[in-house]
Amino acid sequence: MAQAQNVTEAFSSFQQYLNEEQDVREEIRVVVRDLEQKTREILAVLQGIHQPDGVKQLSEICKKARGCLVDIRQLFDSLKEKVPKDQYYRFHDHWRFCIQRLSFLAALIVYLETEALITQTETAETLGVAAQKEDGFHLELDDYLMGLLQMASELINLHWKPPSNNPSNRAFTDDVKFQSRLAVNAVTSGDYSRPIRIASFVGELDSGFRLLNLKNDSLRKKFDGLKYDLKKVEEVVYDVTIRGLRPDGVSADPASS
Amino acid sequence: MSSGRGDKRHGRRGGSQHCKEIKCKQANLGTDVNESSPIIQQFLAYQKVLDAKHDKHERLVKLSRDVTIESKRTIFLLQRITGREDEKENILSEAEKKLSDIRMSKWKLVSAELQGEDPYQYIKAYYPGLQEYIEAVSFFHYLKFGKLISLEALQETMVFPCDCKQSQPSAAEVSKTNGESNQSKLEHGSSDVIGESSVDRPSALHSSLADQSDSADESAEEMSVHIPPMEYMLGIGDLTGELMRVAINSIGIGDIEKPFELCSFLRGIHDGFLLFGNINRYLSRKMYTLKQSLQKVENGCYTLQVRGSEIPKHMLADVLNSSESDRVLYHDVDGTSDAF
Repeated sequence: MAQAQNVTEAFSSFQQYLNEEQDVREEIRVVVRDLEQKTREILAVLQGIHQPDGVKQLSEICKKARGCLVDIRQLFDSLKEKVPKDQYYRFHDHWRFCIQRLSFLAALIVYLETEALITQTETAETLGVAAQKEDGFHLELDDYLMGLLQMASELINLHWKPPSNNPSNRAFTDDVKFQSRLAVNAVTSGDYSRPIRIASFVGELDSGFRLLNLKNDSLRKKFDGLKYDLKKVEEVVYDVTIRGLRPDGVSADPASS
Repeated sequence: MSSGRGDKRHGRRGGSQHCKEIKCKQANLGTDVNESSPIIQQFLAYQKVLDAKHDKHERLVKLSRDVTIESKRTIFLLQRITGREDEKENILSEAEKKLSDIRMSKWKLVSAELQGEDPYQYIKAYYPGLQEYIEAVSFFHYLKFGKLISLEALQETMVFPCDCKQSQPSAAEVSKTNGESNQSKLEHGSSDVIGESSVDRPSALHSSLADQSDSADESAEEMSVHIPPMEYMLGIGDLTGELMRVAINSIGIGDIEKPFELCSFLRGIHDGFLLFGNINRYLSRKMYTLKQSLQKVENGCYTLQVRGSEIPKHMLADVLNSSESDRVLYHDVDGTSDAF
């Protein structure tokens, strides 16, 4: 039966393909699990900025976080070996969330250090991956942008946290009340200029995002949440300004400064 | 500089989507688009990248849709084969032409779009067309050769010579593959007469399984559309539905051998699918339909076996028509019963 053999052949080679794919996926999963663990550690370190005196220790916190990034780069190196060449997108879903979170952390570190916006290339370098897909395992633009939006939420939460539940900070809902109190403390402890600078920065980020023609995907959804973050920080600025607490030298308008 | 102004306007228009309150405050803060700002510059670059990606995606979706339509038409055409040899030949050659048209007018464009890309990046854009095309080609292949087309043979049909260096690829291939497929590829490159050559190609490739890795490795001079094995299997899943129709139709026209043949073929595919277990929902859905198709054919074969012995062949069709589906082609009963 040539016919039956023909069918069996096709199926057994497919079965083999499935088994091989399964093996690759399992190996990837192991590395990604470590990556996720390390990412959570960095996140925990950076949560220190929410502590009452956290803002004063920014440089130490950032240094510590950068130290953890070494492990991240090593893990990405081993992940690169597991992913077959030219098949990044076949397995992308495994690390998509993780690399978004890491872009967010990298962007946050850079902002806290220099108050500048990290570029895609810088993020890729920080994480130890390529910036362009032509160069192999890379940081996808969408994931980088997603990280920026996560950072925007985080920056604003640093200073002001709404008492009600807010979809954009789902990850941090556990300590909503604590952070909300912290925000008040941050402002009352005298750092009035920072919220204004953040408002300006996030405002510019928002303008930047509005230049993008987003599709109806998760990035778009996350971007739609940015306006609420912006509204929140502007309310803080309003509160500070109306009470005459706004420092004279600080302008929220980057164009006039 | 005009582009900069255009972007500024765009930014403002985006602002109108936001709620009024925010817009007012934003105006107070003065955070409107400022082209000289590094952040804006950065995003203008991202805008280009994203737009290029989305445009490519859309173009692929369009091509895929065209492929789906043409493949469906080919399948309908092939379903019109009833049993007479001369008619079968005509339809097969017409279908072959249609399929090669799809290849040259659609897949070639797709392969050009995908050149240098990770094949999995845009698979979501064109997999519907790919599956439908696989269904059509495997259906054609089965009707012509009575065999399941292999993934390697299918992949071979998706390799196109690069337009810019047309003379080189054929020369490079001469050393790589064996005689028959070689010749077909040369024709493939130099003219549009793939219709004839593609007949030989799959059988030639069946014999050379050692060559299968060659289809995966892409040389710089040729472009190809990669067929992920999963899409191949899903396409084969669709094929079974078409074969079920053929089986029922052939009962209808009084062919008492074909249904059994098809039944065992379908059973082979069914058994193969059973081995896979629960991989993804697409495959399980195909499995479900496959089971139903197989059952229909098995019931048909049962009726044929049990009642075939007591009823004259020229009347069999009428008996089965009443118990089977309404897909049976009544008008062909007289024409073919003469053959027995």
